Amino acid sequence: MGPDAMLIDLVARRTVPVIALGLMMVLLGASRASAQFEFTGSWAPIGTEDVQNDSLPVDYLGLALTEEGRARALAYDESQKSMIDRQCQGWGAAYGVIGPFGLVASAQTDPATNRVVSYTIESWEDWNGLTIWMDGRPRPSQYALHTQEGFTTGRWEGGALAARTTHLKVGGFIRKTGVPLSDQATLDWRFYRHGDVMTVVMIATDPIYLVEPEIISKSFRLSPRPLDYKTPCVPGYEGREPGDGIPHFLPGQNPFADEFIKFYSLPREAVLGYPETLYPEYRKKIRATYVPPPPCKEACGQAGNFVRRREN
Amino acid sequence: MKLTIASLALLLALSAGLKPLPASAQTPSSARDSAPIDLTGYWVSYVTENWRYRMVTPAKGEYRRIPASPAALPLINAWDPAADEKAGLQCRSYGAAAIMNVPGRLHITWQDANTLRIDTDAGTQTRRFRFGDALASPKRDNAKAGASWQGESSAQWTKTASNEGGSSLRVVTSNLRAGYLRKNGVPYSEKTTVTEHFDLAPLAGGGQLLLVDIVVDDPVYLNAPYVTSPHFKKEPDGSKWDPTPCSSTW
Repeated sequence: MGPDAMLIDLVARRTVPVIALGLMMVLLGASRASAQFEFTGSWAPIGTEDVQNDSLPVDYLGLALTEEGRARALAYDESQKSMIDRQCQGWGAAYGVIGPFGLVASAQTDPATNRVVSYTIESWEDWNGLTIWMDGRPRPSQYALHTQEGFTTGRWEGGALAARTTHLKVGGFIRKTGVPLSDQATLDWRFYRHGDVMTVVMIATDPIYLVEPEIISKSFRLSPRPLDYKTPCVPGYEGREPGDGIPHFLPGQNPFADEFIKFYSLPREAVLGYPETLYPEYRKKIRATYVPPPPCKEACGQAGNFVRRREN
Repeated sequence: MKLTIASLALLLALSAGLKPLPASAQTPSSARDSAPIDLTGYWVSYVTENWRYRMVTPAKGEYRRIPASPAALPLINAWDPAADEKAGLQCRSYGAAAIMNVPGRLHITWQDANTLRIDTDAGTQTRRFRFGDALASPKRDNAKAGASWQGESSAQWTKTASNEGGSSLRVVTSNLRAGYLRKNGVPYSEKTTVTEHFDLAPLAGGGQLLLVDIVVDDPVYLNAPYVTSPHFKKEPDGSKWDPTPCSSTW
């Protein structure tokens, strides 16, 4: 073997394994990446689904509440949010899908490996946002700090981003009108993307306030323009004086208990969130007794953020 | 050179191990054989959204959250369920653009190797999702004979490379008879196209959730796509299956 041949052999011995290793990493990376979709960006709400109805004070349609959950909800007075110490409290993690805004998602990467460490769905004025840890970190102790946004870990499962939120603080809500979530609640999220539509499914499980999981799916459309909801919350005087008590209703004294029922001729047990009302059998049960509301005369039409069709 | 050859051999072996080619990739297989997710079985609507528009008949004239066009408004306000019943049009609110939002049960089966069939007990409707080239491009001309409540549906699996359960079924439906998006007469036209994605998600206790993303596009009666995402829980059997005929009033 001449010097040239020896040199070629030496180079080959040292570089080919490195190239092979590099190719393997590329292939592994490609395999992993192709199971994912681009999650980051601005996702505008579509608004064609009603996930929390009209936001009238007593409207628990589509929920399966325990007696305790119903009692807590009926005791809630929305004036609580006028208290200066609660104005910027936010609404808890679930509000990401029941709130009216879109999602602005960004990725935080490890500068050394470029791997995604976390995704962040940015906050709004009345929401604390959500951080989804993607780096496999363990869930903290059950005794660790519980917060409004909780602790969320995620992973890619096939074509969906799956995440789980725990460590929620007492005082969160599953509906803005005061239906509570306890600190034992778990939120399971799935994010699916089909073209420029992303659908988020949230499955809320709560052994204290929910008889059955609350499942909400909401769709968003990729926005060509960046969305910005970062309006800071600035507390101010809203009629509550220091030393005032916490606004609430005693059992049986919520003055809004019948408002939604009468407005739309709805069955009481449905408005108050009884579990049987979520299944088709209930529809058959009330068929003979349901009296439809009179024809709609005002505010009958669109509500929501629609993407208008382009004019050709 | 032994090391280099060994390295290349190792690389090839590992590469092959990363993405083993299924038999279906080597020989043509049916949609049933290549299904990345199993949608078959009985599923029940779990009505946690749009309750007031789905579980009861909304007020005449109300079309909130539907981007209805000006052309739709006279029809919305003229809704006459008795006239529909008399004309034999009581299935107008059970067409493909609406049926997945009608509370009820689905029975999903393979009619044949390339046709996935969905029966609904509410309104006793049948949808057939056909895979393959024959319906790859759904017919756009709905003026011809043969339009029906459930139209013609072309289907395809949208697989992800890792194939870990996130794959989806995509269905495009057209050739529809004009119908209602809601029971109270909010219309869609014969030119409507319905694009759906069927996805699965796990539920606690080994349960399964079926999520259907629906985009209804109607150039006549909608200003923008109407998007909904009803979901269903899997049931162990058909013991609660309860076929009921179409009704124009309920």
